[in-house]
Amino acid sequence: MNAGSLSLTPSKPRPAVSSPLTGKQLLRLYYLMIVSRIADERALIAHKQGRIGFYVPAVGEEAAEVGSVFALSPEDWIFPDYRGSGIALAREMPLKIFFDQVLGNIEDVLKGHSMPSHWGDSSLNIVAPSSPICTHLSHAVGVAWAAMMKREKMVTISYFGDGGTSSGEFHGAVNLAGVFKIPTIFFCRNNQYAISVPVDRQTAVTNLAEKASAYGITGVRVDGNDVLAVYLATKEARQRALRGDGPTFIEAVTYRLGPHTTIDDPMKYRGKTEEESAWKRDPILRFSEYLTTLGLWDMEKDQVLRNKIKEDVNLAITNAKEVPKPEIDSLFEDVYSTSPWHLDEQRMEARRFVASKRQIQ
Amino acid sequence: MELTLVQAVNDALREEMKRDQRVVVLGEDVGKYGGVFKATDGLQAVFGNERVIDTPLNEQAIVGASIGMSLKGLVPVAEIQFIDFIHPAFDQIVSELSKMRYRSGGQYAPHVVIRAPFGAGTKGGPYHSQSSESYFVHTAGLKVVIPSSPAECKGLLTSSIRDTDPVIFMESKRLYRSVREEVPEGEYLVPLGKARNARPGKDVTILTYGSMVQVSMKAAEVMCEEDVDVEVIDIRTLMPLDIETVVASAKKTGRIVIVHEAPKTMGFGAEISALLSEKAFDYLKAPIIRVTGYDTPVPFSLEDQYSPSPERVIAAIRNTMAY
Repeated sequence: MNAGSLSLTPSKPRPAVSSPLTGKQLLRLYYLMIVSRIADERALIAHKQGRIGFYVPAVGEEAAEVGSVFALSPEDWIFPDYRGSGIALAREMPLKIFFDQVLGNIEDVLKGHSMPSHWGDSSLNIVAPSSPICTHLSHAVGVAWAAMMKREKMVTISYFGDGGTSSGEFHGAVNLAGVFKIPTIFFCRNNQYAISVPVDRQTAVTNLAEKASAYGITGVRVDGNDVLAVYLATKEARQRALRGDGPTFIEAVTYRLGPHTTIDDPMKYRGKTEEESAWKRDPILRFSEYLTTLGLWDMEKDQVLRNKIKEDVNLAITNAKEVPKPEIDSLFEDVYSTSPWHLDEQRMEARRFVASKRQIQ
Repeated sequence: MELTLVQAVNDALREEMKRDQRVVVLGEDVGKYGGVFKATDGLQAVFGNERVIDTPLNEQAIVGASIGMSLKGLVPVAEIQFIDFIHPAFDQIVSELSKMRYRSGGQYAPHVVIRAPFGAGTKGGPYHSQSSESYFVHTAGLKVVIPSSPAECKGLLTSSIRDTDPVIFMESKRLYRSVREEVPEGEYLVPLGKARNARPGKDVTILTYGSMVQVSMKAAEVMCEEDVDVEVIDIRTLMPLDIETVVASAKKTGRIVIVHEAPKTMGFGAEISALLSEKAFDYLKAPIIRVTGYDTPVPFSLEDQYSPSPERVIAAIRNTMAY
């Protein structure tokens, strides 16, 4: 039982571990965190302006998402949930692909079939998520299992929240992975809330990583606002998996600074004071202070970088908005490998209505 | 060689595992024990415990892991011990297996077969005798296949394993050991999406599948004595349905009886009935009649009364002829 080996250090202004990365890598990490933050912030603004219909921000969870993805290799498969802007962007998903997905336009790689913020792209080994909770954990187990059978050196990682650990799917997948020593990582972002329900209403244990011991696997609790600690914990878990020592459950303790989604209002269930105190532990602020103490960063550089990213993000949103919606036929694509007669019939019917363009006012 | 239906399942799995290294079998008790119905008997001894896997007791993980394995190039054939126990995996089947190809814009397409015994007739009661096909037929992205005899079973299961879409393959427990017939050796395929005319006739069409084909054939033979020539269509693939064969038969006879074990209301028969009213209305000489299980849970003691019997099918045929 390794729970607690990397403990929560919320009050410390700098990471609890010394840097395992080069200066260039540290700056890359910071860049990815900022891209994620600004993409989320701009998307929320665009939503308020009515330019985006729905969005799931990961504000506050950048260290957990970016730090963990940074520890993986490109051949590793990622199974995100729907709160994954930092995951997609840390995998170097271009902003165009990112926002084409949010708009569900004709250039979206998911063909506009999935809801906004459900990013996936097979060229990046990010498996497009669904919305039910933790159903993707067993998929990550299955992919890693098949890789193990094929003697391929790769791992899988699945992302979920504290609420997810209450689901039956979580239990089924983690249990299975434990039995067969599957090279996978279960990455829990304990962001303190499942929509409105706080983590102490999800479980009577205070340390989610302890759950790992019930499945005979390694559990690690890490400060999820410490990007380097997250990076190290994930890297270790990856090595453990590749050594044949089985899966790891990582609990990254963090805080969801934003709403659950654009249709949520956190003020209904938590106070401003709580949020304000959480903002003081902002992982980006903390990492920038660390980079500054190392002499790698300063306020001026920060402003230049943020302005540049804001421009890039705004442009990506504007461009994605201008790309047309998918053609009517795409509604019927990818249901089966080939279209059966009843879908052919329904497609013809839908085409006729599109062609007629008559609408009852 | 003469095989029972459960032996035909075993034969199909064995052939496909020999032919295709990607095929793996997983489920509860499928390995050492060979499955509670012995459908996977002896497979682990031949193919090893890496390809014939005894899993923990958790259907959602069995289906979920199968989905994952298929994304990485394997072809998993998962066994769910009874269709009654597939329901814990409902989310995996309805939200994941069926929709993954769609939601990913075709990037991730699970190639998985889920086998499960179903149906009444073996005194299973509420939790070992259900017929759950309608749930899956109603879910876009799934194929649903139900064989009616050992040879059909081998051919359809082989095609299901080779089909790149997810298939729910339901095996009638009642048929597992009650019928023995000649099953072709080696590779044998029966195409999906094609119904079978099990008994050509001109007066009445029975549309049915699974063990109800046998029940319907018995009824058809009895009706010969009354000079009624009954056609029996074995649907075989419920999704996608072979609409051409169904409509052609309806146009020929104009009288339709639909027979299935699953409950009546909103069952598969309701859909066929609606389709025929859309596509063959002018040819119908009488209202379409459904002979089905009742809209109750399956009772233990009165299970034989629950399922359609030849007598109930005969009564329906007489009714439609008298209309």
